[in-house]
Amino acid sequence: MADNSRKKETAAIVSQEQLADGIFSMWLETEAAKEAGPGQFISMYTNDKSKLLPRPISICEIDKEHGRLRVVYRVTGEETGTKQFSQMGAGEKISIIGPLGNGFPYEKAEGKRAFLMGGGIGVPPVLELAKQMKCEKKQIIAGYRDAQTFLREEFERNGELYISTEDGSVGTKGNVLDAVAENSLQADIIFACGPAPMLRAIKKYAQETNTECYISLEERMACGIGACLGCICQSTKKDAHSNVHNKRICKDGPVFLSTEVEI
Amino acid sequence: MSVDMCVNIAGVEWKNPVTVASGTFGSGAEFSEFIDLNKLGAVTTKGVANIPWVGNPTPRVAETYGGMMNAVGLQNPGIDLFCERDIPFLKQYDTKIIVNVCGKSEEDYCEVAERLSGEPVDMLEINISCPNVKEGGIAFGQDPKAAESITKAVKKYAKQPVIMKLSPNVTCIPDMAKAVEAGGADAVSLINTLTGMKIDIHKRAFVLANKTGGVSGPAIHPIAVRMVYEAAHAVKVPVIGMGGISCAADAIEMLLAGAKAVSVGTANFHNPAVTIEIIDGIQEYMEKYGFKTVEDIQM
Repeated sequence: MADNSRKKETAAIVSQEQLADGIFSMWLETEAAKEAGPGQFISMYTNDKSKLLPRPISICEIDKEHGRLRVVYRVTGEETGTKQFSQMGAGEKISIIGPLGNGFPYEKAEGKRAFLMGGGIGVPPVLELAKQMKCEKKQIIAGYRDAQTFLREEFERNGELYISTEDGSVGTKGNVLDAVAENSLQADIIFACGPAPMLRAIKKYAQETNTECYISLEERMACGIGACLGCICQSTKKDAHSNVHNKRICKDGPVFLSTEVEI
Repeated sequence: MSVDMCVNIAGVEWKNPVTVASGTFGSGAEFSEFIDLNKLGAVTTKGVANIPWVGNPTPRVAETYGGMMNAVGLQNPGIDLFCERDIPFLKQYDTKIIVNVCGKSEEDYCEVAERLSGEPVDMLEINISCPNVKEGGIAFGQDPKAAESITKAVKKYAKQPVIMKLSPNVTCIPDMAKAVEAGGADAVSLINTLTGMKIDIHKRAFVLANKTGGVSGPAIHPIAVRMVYEAAHAVKVPVIGMGGISCAADAIEMLLAGAKAVSVGTANFHNPAVTIEIIDGIQEYMEKYGFKTVEDIQM
């Protein structure tokens, strides 16, 4: 029997700042920091009763010493929950559950040349991954839309940084794989988080180069804890829990070996 | 003053009138990390069919104002794995087990009911009201004759009391309640979700892959209260009320409308411990107004 000790908790906002257009960074004082690892996420709840469901937000940084978590998130529109989060400030309270999900198996990178790839709002979880990962060659490849390369300085302090931008204003013009090609980068293991088309391309690249590859998926969620089956992805083999070719992104993921899921 | 929270639903004694709505709670394993399942009157499982079902494509869920929509499509592991894994899990707890049964044909439902007849479960809830699967389900839930007939068929195989779960997507809910009662239902539960639709105006596309989905949550609560009231006054069998219950007041309102017990669904996604808070809140209400039993609450 489970010890039913998990709970929705009230976290305190330590600070909030805007990093780029629509991109915000929030530090939270929370018990969730104790157990959190790179690639996990937290469910964040609004104080607005008309918005019931949690927003799953990836963890960007973990400060275990001070019991703090950092989330860097995108405001998805007017009248949205993320818009409400962005309007909150230091000292305000926010309900969260976390940490949730499995996280990146970063220990597998030890002694290897690694790619740590993030695209768009998939960039933030790569930061804590870069901080915790021990490997032979830490190649961070961050893909942005334009010159608003948020978290750039933090990445530069934690590995070799390569940037791609859609408009070509910084680094390689194109996507993260274009940056890999342009800089003739090589890896034995890949960790990636980003939009589905990017992950699809990385999965294909990993297959072609026979590289071990872990991708972090996202989907609309309801419960965030594995009960509602809202956020499934297709698995290549029959999944032990679902007994069909479906895995739960919130509980079995969000990080999967690229060969075990169809995207 | 001590209060007695027990309720008797079709001969099965629950320690309190609160269970969970099928599909919102899995088989309890995930929520057992957050709450003590021993405290629930009953656990109602996610629907299970004779064979594994893969469910609908994603996106399967969307938020709506004061609620949500889902079109999960009854993904389930099938009765074999369910009996092997989920029932033994729930048997560790001192709570009643209600297994929700789904199917695409009368034979499917009967096969699962027969299979469960030898299992240590307390009640069956027959889902004839899922709006998200094309065949079965709702086909039985919108026509009184079909509802009566499927109830009769399942009753032949079921050893446990049978709860028929009704759809709100009908013209006359009392007719549906009477039909399943005539078919031999031991209890009735309602409401399942209301069929809805959401369109993303920026992407100019349906939000759910299934286009339509079942709307649930506080936004639908007044509709549920009205339908529970109508059903409870149309039949003699006990009614389990659900639909947008998110606090003790909502649950008590449902009991006042005529429900003998309540199910909490979507609210579990907002607060995994909401069921416990509702049970405690009902007890406080009984103490405050001097009700000794749950039945005393009722008008």
